[in-house]
Amino acid sequence: MSDDPSLTEVVLDLRAGALALGDRTLWSGLDLQIRSGEFVAVLGANGSGKTSLLKAILGLQPLTSGVLTIAGRQPQRGSELIGYIPQERRLAPPTPLRVRDLVRLGIDGQRWGFGWPNRGRGERVEEILRSVGASHLADVPVHLLSGGEQQRVRIAQSLATDPKLLLCDEPLLSLDLSHQRAVVTLIDQRRRSRGTAVLFVTHEINPVLPYVDRVLYLAEGRFRIGTVDEVMTSRSLSALYGTEIEVLRSGSRIIVAGIPDVPEHEHEHEQATTNGLELPL
Amino acid sequence: MILAASAADPSIIKQIFNFEDYAALLSLVRNSIIAGAVLGVVCGLVSLFVMRRDLPFAVHGISELSFAGAAGALLIGVNVVIGSLAGSLLAALAIGALGVKARDRNSVIGVLMPFGLGLGVLFLGLYKGRSGNKFGLLTGQIVAIDTPQLSWLIGISIVVLISLMVLWRPLTFASLDAEVAAARGVPVRALAPAFMLVLGLTVAMSIQIVGALLVLSIVCTPAAAAMRVTATPWLTAVLSVGFATVSVVGGIMLALGSALPISPYITTISFSIYVLCRVIGTVRERRGWQRRPAAVTY
Repeated sequence: MSDDPSLTEVVLDLRAGALALGDRTLWSGLDLQIRSGEFVAVLGANGSGKTSLLKAILGLQPLTSGVLTIAGRQPQRGSELIGYIPQERRLAPPTPLRVRDLVRLGIDGQRWGFGWPNRGRGERVEEILRSVGASHLADVPVHLLSGGEQQRVRIAQSLATDPKLLLCDEPLLSLDLSHQRAVVTLIDQRRRSRGTAVLFVTHEINPVLPYVDRVLYLAEGRFRIGTVDEVMTSRSLSALYGTEIEVLRSGSRIIVAGIPDVPEHEHEHEQATTNGLELPL
Repeated sequence: MILAASAADPSIIKQIFNFEDYAALLSLVRNSIIAGAVLGVVCGLVSLFVMRRDLPFAVHGISELSFAGAAGALLIGVNVVIGSLAGSLLAALAIGALGVKARDRNSVIGVLMPFGLGLGVLFLGLYKGRSGNKFGLLTGQIVAIDTPQLSWLIGISIVVLISLMVLWRPLTFASLDAEVAAARGVPVRALAPAFMLVLGLTVAMSIQIVGALLVLSIVCTPAAAAMRVTATPWLTAVLSVGFATVSVVGGIMLALGSALPISPYITTISFSIYVLCRVIGTVRERRGWQRRPAAVTY
C-alpha cells in the first residue's frame, strides 16, 4: 500500500457507529476508516460484536446510530463492492455442485432465473480460479474438498465481483497451520496486487500478524483501534477489559493472558449469532 | 375394478404381473400415463432441492396433512385435489413459519405429522363411500384419471415449474451456503417459505398418484440417486427427472394388468435405481471421483 494516505481511497467510513441488540450495546462511538490496500484485524471475545459489525457493513443489520458508507455509498445488501469469506464449514455430502459452480454463484447467484451456462461467465470463472491457484479443482465436487481447498475456493468466490473490500469472518478457524498460512498469503497478495482492503475477524492474531496494518479490538462494549504495537499491550488491553491483562511478545508471536471468561449466557448468544449471518434453511 | 377376473387367479406372480389385453388397457389409462410423465418431470426437479435443503422429513409431514385434507374433501364431497392442496399448503406454511431453524423444523414436523394422519383416519372412518377411494389416498391406486383431474395436475405443474425456474439460482445458492448467499444479497429468509409452498403444491399433486405414504419415493429418491453419480448440476437435474419419470410411468405400465395398487411398482423401480446409483457412486469414489492434477503454482 502507498505511504501517502491522500493517494488511497477510503473504502469504508464509519463515524460514531453504535450497535445494540435488544438492550445490550455491543459497541458505540466507533470511528473506523479503512483505506484501499489496508489490512485491519478485528479481535475480541465471543459476543463482543465482531460478526454484527460485518453484518452492518453487509447491509444486513442497521446501525443503532452513526453513519456508515462503503466507497462513499450507503451499505447495500448484496453490494458488488464487498466480498465475504466465512468460516470453513463442512458442506453436506449431497451437494451436487462443482467448484466452478460455486464460484459462479459468487458472480450472479443472487439473480433470479435459471442462469443458463454462458461462455463469458465460464471464462471469468476460470480466470478467478487461476488467480487463486485453484484451476485444478474446477471440476471437483465441493463436498470432496479438504478444509484448506474449500477456503481457497471460497476466496475465489468472494473475489468474483472484483470487490474493493474483503470481509473475512474467521476464515482460518479449524484449518491447520500450513493451510492458515496459505489462506492468509492469498488474501495478502490480493490486497497488494489490487488494493483490496481487508477487514479480518479473528480469534488469533498470530497467523495474520505479519500482514496487519491496524487492529480493532472490541471488548465489554468498548474498543481500541491502532497499530499492533499500540493496541496489543498490557496497558491498553487492561484498560479495555477493566482488569489486569498481560500481553507478552515472544519473537514474532503475541500471547495474551488473563482475559476474563465470557459468562455462560453470552456463549449461548454467540452460538446463535456467529454461526452465520442468518441460516434459515 | 376392470381386472377383478385376473385377480382371482391363484398364482401370485400372475397377480403382480399380467399383460393380457395390454393394448386395450393401455388406451384406457392414457390420461394416467400423461399425468405420470408430467409428475415425473416436476418431482424430479423438486426433489433436487428437497435433497439440497435436507427436507425429506418435511415432505413426509406435508404429505400427511395433505392426506387429511384429501380425506376431508372425500367426506364432505368436494374435489379431492382441492382438499389435498389445502392440507398441503397449510402444512407448508406452518413448517415454513414455525420451523426456521433445522432443529425446530424437525420437531414441528414431528408434531404435525401424527395429527394430520389421525385427522385423515377420522375422516375416512366417517366416510361411507367406496373403500377403494380410502386406501388409494394412502397408498396410491391405478386411478383412471379423468380429464378434469388431469387439468388440475397440469395446471399445478405449470405453476411449480415456473416458480422453480424463477427461484432456481438464488435457491441453489441459499441451499449450498446460506451465509454467503445472504452476504451477496440473496433474500435467504424469504426463499425458505417460498420453496415450502412449491413443495406443498408438488406433494398435493403426487398424492393423487402414489398416495400419501409413498410420496418420498418420487420427491426424494430420484435426486438422491442422481447425486450419487454426478456433481454436475445440469446432469443431476436431467438424471433426476429421468429417474422420476421412469419410476412413475414404468410403475403405471407394470401395474396395469394387475389388481394391486400402483405404488409398490413405483417405489420398487425408484428404489432399484437408487441402489444401482449408489453402487456406481461407491465404485467411482473408491477410484477417486475426479482425477486431480497436482496444484500448479502461479
